[in-house]
Amino acid sequence: MPPRTDDPSESRTLAVLVDNEPGVLARVVGLFSARGYNIESLTVAETDSAQHASRITIVTSGQPVILDQIKAQLERIVSVRRVIDVTRDPAGVERELALIKVRGAGANRIEALRLSEIFRAKVIDTTLESFIFELTGPSSKINSFIELMRPLGLVEVSRTGVLSIHRGAETA
Amino acid sequence: MSDGAHTFADAEAITLTGAEIVVRALIDQGVDTLFGYPGGAVLPIYDALFAEPRLRHILARHEQGAGHMAEGYARSTGKVGVALVTSGPGATNIVTPLADALLDSIPIVVISGQVPTHLIGSDAFQECDTVGITRACTKHNWLVRSVNDLARVIHEAFHVACSGRPGPVVIDIPKDVQFASGLYQPPKPDAPQRYRPRLAPDPARIAEAAALMRQARRPVIYSGGGVINAGPKASEHLRALAKMTGFPVTSTLMGLGAFPASDAQWLGMLGMHGSWEANHAMHDCDVMVCVGARFDDRVTGRIDAFSPNSKKIHIDVDPSSINKNVLVDIGIVADAGLALEALCEAWRGHNAGGEDRGLDAWWAQIEEWRAVKGFAYRADDTVIKPQYAIERLFALTKARDVYITTEVGQHQMWAAQFFHFDKPNRWMTSGGLGTMGYGLPAAIGVQAAHPDALVIDIAGEASVQMTMQEMSTAAQHDLPIKVFILNNEWMGMVRQWQQLLHGERYSHSYSAALPDFVKLAEAYGCVGLRAETPAELDGKILEMIDCKKPVLFDCRVAKTENCFPMIPSGKAHNEMILARTFQGDEIDDQGKMLV
Repeated sequence: MPPRTDDPSESRTLAVLVDNEPGVLARVVGLFSARGYNIESLTVAETDSAQHASRITIVTSGQPVILDQIKAQLERIVSVRRVIDVTRDPAGVERELALIKVRGAGANRIEALRLSEIFRAKVIDTTLESFIFELTGPSSKINSFIELMRPLGLVEVSRTGVLSIHRGAETA
Repeated sequence: MSDGAHTFADAEAITLTGAEIVVRALIDQGVDTLFGYPGGAVLPIYDALFAEPRLRHILARHEQGAGHMAEGYARSTGKVGVALVTSGPGATNIVTPLADALLDSIPIVVISGQVPTHLIGSDAFQECDTVGITRACTKHNWLVRSVNDLARVIHEAFHVACSGRPGPVVIDIPKDVQFASGLYQPPKPDAPQRYRPRLAPDPARIAEAAALMRQARRPVIYSGGGVINAGPKASEHLRALAKMTGFPVTSTLMGLGAFPASDAQWLGMLGMHGSWEANHAMHDCDVMVCVGARFDDRVTGRIDAFSPNSKKIHIDVDPSSINKNVLVDIGIVADAGLALEALCEAWRGHNAGGEDRGLDAWWAQIEEWRAVKGFAYRADDTVIKPQYAIERLFALTKARDVYITTEVGQHQMWAAQFFHFDKPNRWMTSGGLGTMGYGLPAAIGVQAAHPDALVIDIAGEASVQMTMQEMSTAAQHDLPIKVFILNNEWMGMVRQWQQLLHGERYSHSYSAALPDFVKLAEAYGCVGLRAETPAELDGKILEMIDCKKPVLFDCRVAKTENCFPMIPSGKAHNEMILARTFQGDEIDDQGKMLV
């Protein structure tokens, strides 16, 4: 049973730098399922093949004490080199990419295209009755765009989950 | 790796088969004994072990037994325990000891055979996803796909198992990798490791902790298995700190022996079946110094009523232990021994003289709690009380070089209450996982490490049947363990909970059709003894101690004795119930929901 505090739940982005070896993702994901932590999004890819390094970016949520516990538990995994708390890094940048399919004709179609320009989305595919938009930005911006597209004929959404990096010349 | 290091390493490298690399690496890691069971996928390693004089192999009768033997070996020596098992069922059978070692932070290395690499994933005979299955119950695990990785992985496995918070690891080796030839490199103690837990305490935190301790008027030291894992030095530092501060000391089940039970500052074990004085001291203290313990639910009782008015210092080598169950005021990530040593130094620096610590009132209160005699039980002239049996066992073995293991249940708690330890590494019990069947094989592991010692498994008749087949191992390898069975014909702790929590509906907790343990011992080529009355108990115990063979001791005890005192589920430390005040309605509906 975790310590009880009255602190509200908050969202947190963690960048988990790991050795790229078989099973490492299962270790990280298994930790979250075994201890009942949330995963709101997760991305993973090798980032340095010479160093066998991968970067896993996880968006999770919980009370601050639980979030600290998640970080400590992640750092305990032998294959984890480092855990960066991106949310608490004032110079942390978070971005997500989404592909959004919208179907419609007439005024709705024109409105969807007009809104996509406001959001600086790119049209990457079109038919006479549909668009696929590519949109990059913080998750909140993508959420807003999706909500705007919903009444205009939203068909399908595919999102990468959050990626993060530290601003400036140095690593976090 | 730099070019220079590479040349150096190559100069030392020799070519061996994978199986030979395993044997050589074990020897180079200082292993002298391993526990195992052969099978198809480990035959090359067994072949390399054949006539290998430097490694003693103890043949278990079930892989679970091998795992607990390795645990017993590890806990009683402070070294890494090693087990060797085959693929598939060999690996799945050792999952319980792995989970056990993970929860109790016991360093063991389990080597498992695997089907050849080209068959992995084909549902081959005796194939299972060993690294997948054991991922959640190991500190780390490896599937070695190339023979040239084998030496590095084995050396890293030993490092991971015993560094920081110790724990179990698994190395899964496909059969073709065991046959293949590759380069072997011996371990290099100064080689850079990717796993580098923090061991040295932050001096600023130590200073803060010492300052807080100086203010304390109602302090308590709450020590755990981490002090034992940190080595004998850590126990010495704990004793030194207690001596110089005058603080009372309690400990978890896992920590027994780190502080001498014969010392006047010892409060006894704390927790659900701990001492009256330890639990009340924990509840009423103003400063708690927790060292190498983890605020387990069996220790804290109701968490929101746990020691409500204390400032808490928590020393743990595992950063995730701090603030996990209980929020603390000062968290110190460090090896228990190094932190205790630093605390001693910090204390000495400010308290050179023997000034009055102002603890008299607190000690007077503690003596009042002690006077309650929470472990008191009603003696009986005709029936052996289980508590009495352990008291006599302790009294009659006190002068010996004795190691105690236990199974899990009432007998385990009575052993913790009535058997007393003055040294670390003398008490092996399954604390976190609560594994029935742990004690008998663990005793075999202890006896293998300490051939001349008196090794006793304090058992229950239900638990011990879970791994009874290992008596055959004890007989084969001349390991004269003593299995002291408190036989009440019930799964005693289950029966107790059914009485207290489930309206005396004793659902499937009576052990009907028990074997005749004396005849069973004889069937294994061991010695069976039985005691049925208090009058004959001492004589039979002495007979057991003098016996040079493994012994099954059938100690017939009172059948429905309950283990008290007890913090009822869902209650706080100061709501502990005593045997003499027990009513039967202490646990409310919410408490019944808890385990």
